[in-house]
Amino acid sequence: MLADIPVHRPSSLEEALALLADPPDGERPTPMAGGTDIMVVLNSRHVVPSSVLDLWKLDELRGLSVQDDGTLWIGALSTYRSIIASPLANAHCPALVEAARTVGAVQIQSRGTLGGNVANASPAGDSLPVLLAQGCDVVLQSRDGGRRTRSFDGFYAGYRQADIQPGELIIGFRIHALPPGATSWYRKVGTRLAQAISKVVLAGVAACGDDGTLTTLRIAAGSVAPTPIRLAAAEAAGLGGRPTDVAAAVGAGARADVTPIDDVRSNALYRREVSGRLVESWVRSL
Amino acid sequence: MIVGSSPPRLDGADKVTGDAMYVDDLQFDGMLYGATVRSRQAHARYLGYELDPDYDWTDITVVTHEAIPGGNYVALMVDDQPALVSDLIRHPSEPVVLLAAPTREQAEEARAHVKLLVEPLPIVVDLEAARAGAGPIWGDDNIISHLEIQKGDGPGCVDKALAEHPDAILVEGRYYTGAQEQMYIEPQGIIAMPWGKGGIEILGSLQCPYYVVKALAQLLDVPAAEIKVVQAVTGGGFGGKEDYPSIISAHASLLALATGKPVKLVYDRAEDLSSTTRRHPAITWHRTAVAPDGTLLAMEVDCAFDGGAYTTLSPVVLSRALIHGVGPYNCEHAMVTGDIVATNTPPNGAFRGFGAPQVCFASERHIDKIAATLGRDPVALRRQLALRIGDTTLTGQTLETSVASDEVLDVALEASDWDRRRAEAEAINARGGVPPADPIPGMGTTGRLRGVGMSFFFHGAGFTGNGEARIKGRVRMEVRPDGQIVIYSASTDIGQGTRTVFPQLAATTLGVGIERIEMHTPDTSVVPDSGPTVASRTLMVVGKVVEDCSNALKARMGFEGGDWDAAVDAFFAGGGDGSVELEYQTPPHVEWDNETYQGEAYPCYAWACDVVEVEVCPDTYETRITGFWSAQDVGKAIHPVLVSGQLEGGSLQALGFAVLEEMKFADGQLTNNRMTNCIIPTALDAPEMDMRLVEAPFAGGPFGAKGIGELPMDGGAPAVLAAIEHATGLSLDSLPASPEALMRAAAE
Ligand SMILES: Cc1cc2nc3c(=O)[nH]c(=O)nc-3n(C[C@H](O)[C@H](O)[C@H](O)COP(=O)(O)OP(=O)(O)OC[C@H]3O[C@@H](n4cnc5c(N)ncnc54)[C@H](O)[C@@H]3O)c2cc1C
Repeated sequence: MLADIPVHRPSSLEEALALLADPPDGERPTPMAGGTDIMVVLNSRHVVPSSVLDLWKLDELRGLSVQDDGTLWIGALSTYRSIIASPLANAHCPALVEAARTVGAVQIQSRGTLGGNVANASPAGDSLPVLLAQGCDVVLQSRDGGRRTRSFDGFYAGYRQADIQPGELIIGFRIHALPPGATSWYRKVGTRLAQAISKVVLAGVAACGDDGTLTTLRIAAGSVAPTPIRLAAAEAAGLGGRPTDVAAAVGAGARADVTPIDDVRSNALYRREVSGRLVESWVRSL
Repeated sequence: MIVGSSPPRLDGADKVTGDAMYVDDLQFDGMLYGATVRSRQAHARYLGYELDPDYDWTDITVVTHEAIPGGNYVALMVDDQPALVSDLIRHPSEPVVLLAAPTREQAEEARAHVKLLVEPLPIVVDLEAARAGAGPIWGDDNIISHLEIQKGDGPGCVDKALAEHPDAILVEGRYYTGAQEQMYIEPQGIIAMPWGKGGIEILGSLQCPYYVVKALAQLLDVPAAEIKVVQAVTGGGFGGKEDYPSIISAHASLLALATGKPVKLVYDRAEDLSSTTRRHPAITWHRTAVAPDGTLLAMEVDCAFDGGAYTTLSPVVLSRALIHGVGPYNCEHAMVTGDIVATNTPPNGAFRGFGAPQVCFASERHIDKIAATLGRDPVALRRQLALRIGDTTLTGQTLETSVASDEVLDVALEASDWDRRRAEAEAINARGGVPPADPIPGMGTTGRLRGVGMSFFFHGAGFTGNGEARIKGRVRMEVRPDGQIVIYSASTDIGQGTRTVFPQLAATTLGVGIERIEMHTPDTSVVPDSGPTVASRTLMVVGKVVEDCSNALKARMGFEGGDWDAAVDAFFAGGGDGSVELEYQTPPHVEWDNETYQGEAYPCYAWACDVVEVEVCPDTYETRITGFWSAQDVGKAIHPVLVSGQLEGGSLQALGFAVLEEMKFADGQLTNNRMTNCIIPTALDAPEMDMRLVEAPFAGGPFGAKGIGELPMDGGAPAVLAAIEHATGLSLDSLPASPEALMRAAAE
């Protein structure tokens, strides 16, 4: 029975990392933050973990702060609600706040965490394009390896393959500061307005120089490839041009960048076309 | 007066506090858990099963068709559906082997260790191919049921009209609606317990307790009196718990008899979605000869309904569909035909509207097409064609009273400020759409196109034709010496409010407070057969018997108001009998010929008009319903809050049907069998609803009330598609108008 799966409830990060490094029952426990992804998997009974490591009490993994270098620190256990409520997140990463508002509904937003979204490694994770577009480092820690920081770009080697080493937990995220004068953008195309998995999810960061040409253009997309991706061709088509001049080319680049599939939520044609159109409309509006 | 006011639901407090006990909350000593081993193939010969020899079967009971004491069929209309497969598998997820185990987990686990031996056969799942006779997989031609209704010239009437009227125009259309899931919040579940000498007691989430009695008596080969069926608190039905509970009850009963213990069989959402009934997918073809002034000279309507693998209730669905086939419009000559076609999919069944939403979608889209062809205003054309008092319906029924066509059109169009709203939408679109600075959550940065559409529709209340005369629904009421009055009826409350409105009717008729009235739990060992809780009939038909019983009691007691307790004491002191049982009296004018489908199809119709405003994102083709106005004729609002809730909920199901809901299949098997991918609207997707109650009383209903349970499901979808067309110019003739479908239409 599910209720029979042993659950470890460490009250400090140190204790949690020790349980991972040296599992009491031999098999490494599966970390659980909000549980909103894990419980679905458990319910389907496809995977039954030998034990669960409940991270919920680790307050040291909660909270948001701005570092000296202007980066926004978000603890891995921060929930969507805490991100929505945070003035720091609203000021320094408004697209993430928008993304958080579109996740599930109030219950999921109160329980689901940013760390869980990233670790779960779904190509449809709604926060992931924001982290890619604005730029972000992931901070991980294990008992034996200590702390490790790596770029979120390239964090996924393939479908559902996150660079989390055995024994590691995600501690938090350093989200890069928006360039001066930059605006950010977020757009989710879901199956409905709440409790919706994305058909396409997009995020962007853009800034124009004094001459009105694009000096920064970073665009990322989810649900259109095996992992969340940067739209490299779209970015290249836009940088250095005036938004209205290059919008169509950016859209065309986006259509070329994505490699979507047909599935139960939507189809490849729709995803490709919508990616192109939305990116184009956004660039045109800059 | 209690009728016409909105007292708190009598079941409300229990449901809000969690005290209400649903099937899955109930526990009994020694209770076992059932599981159903189902086919995966859509069509196959069944050769037998194997139990995994490495699995421990000690605590598991295995039951197959061989354990059935009586007939291996689920008695309903035609005995073609086996309770458990014996030789031929006709749809994916057909029940074959049953298991009972001490825990739910064990039952689930054991299920994975049963292997079915099958020999696959060619499958037929395409509706048009099946209608053309592919296979065949059912009878000689896959046609489960065929029906025709003629009016005036009947067969060939359109060509004849075109020949006689050289200036007439031919308008043709093909309209498609897909499967739709009821998505009651509580999945289906039954507990069966050995009862008496060889009998069975059922406790279940269900709409029609006496259907289960009938099915089990034949399956178990015991007298009906040996079967006791009790309704547990039920979390929604919408038609989905009309006939399917008989199947689960059959399975749970076989396990209970085999083990001698109570057996609980509760489906999880995936099993419920994959295996139980849904709305019939349907194609409807229209051919209409229209005079230049808009007169409908002649109409031909032909429907193909996908019945799935077995007959179930489909012939009745087809009947209601065809009777509503030409909509609430005048047309002198018509030929309406239709088939229930068998396919290798789970049987489709009852869902709010019962065939009418499919044909109403077709006829309302078609009227819009006629208006567009003639360059006529869609409202003006409908006003010209609408049925009114003195007009004759498709079945030759002359409408004598209780027709609210003008009223619902007037009220809905005024509530929505139709003319201004349409003009405003056109002006906004001409300026490039609703500006992005006016955000709707999730709609992005591009100007959105706005559109406004409407629909006009009616729904026959109660059973078709002489159905009520055949069923003879009964109710008993008893006054107890303590002055409490108990209503005994098999009509179930599945969330729609029966347990509140019946007491309202009784209290008002008797002239006592509502706290004096109790409703006995629907328990077939105690309550008389009131007929099934379906067809918008409970309040109008069974409620009428409650009113009659109340009047009879009142007369017997000579109670004319005043002190009820004193009257009760005097009555019992005089040796009075406090119990009355009455049967439904059909209104005297109902004449119906079931052979020719001519006559009074329904004792009355309920009328409605929906107006919908949408905004469509031109980048993504996402549609948001931004406004909904409706006028619906309820005869008399017994409980205005409850009836508005029913109308709003039914309308939301219709709006979901329009833009969101799409059941997807691979080889007949549902591929989106979870709430995360079988999409229905959430609260955020629901627009504000301006629901206006119109009251055109029906003399045969209690206090003038008419049946409206299904009415709101009929008109939402065509109104949404009309609004999308107004916004975008894209004319869709199939549901749902998903973003993908709109993108495809735009590319054509
Ligand atoms: C009804 C519903 C609606 C949803 N809607 C959305 C939606 O709209 N958009 C969306 O993106 N997602 C959605 N989700 C998915 C889910 O809510 C999110 O992915 C959420 O962010 C997961 O966070 P969690 O804390 O609940 O993760 P958990 O379920 O606790 O964990 C998820 C995975 O991450 C691992 N993990 C968690 N924390 C850490 C850590 N600190 N270090 C290492 N590994 C860790 C776990 O081992 C597990 O493999 C929905 C889920 C449900 C049930």
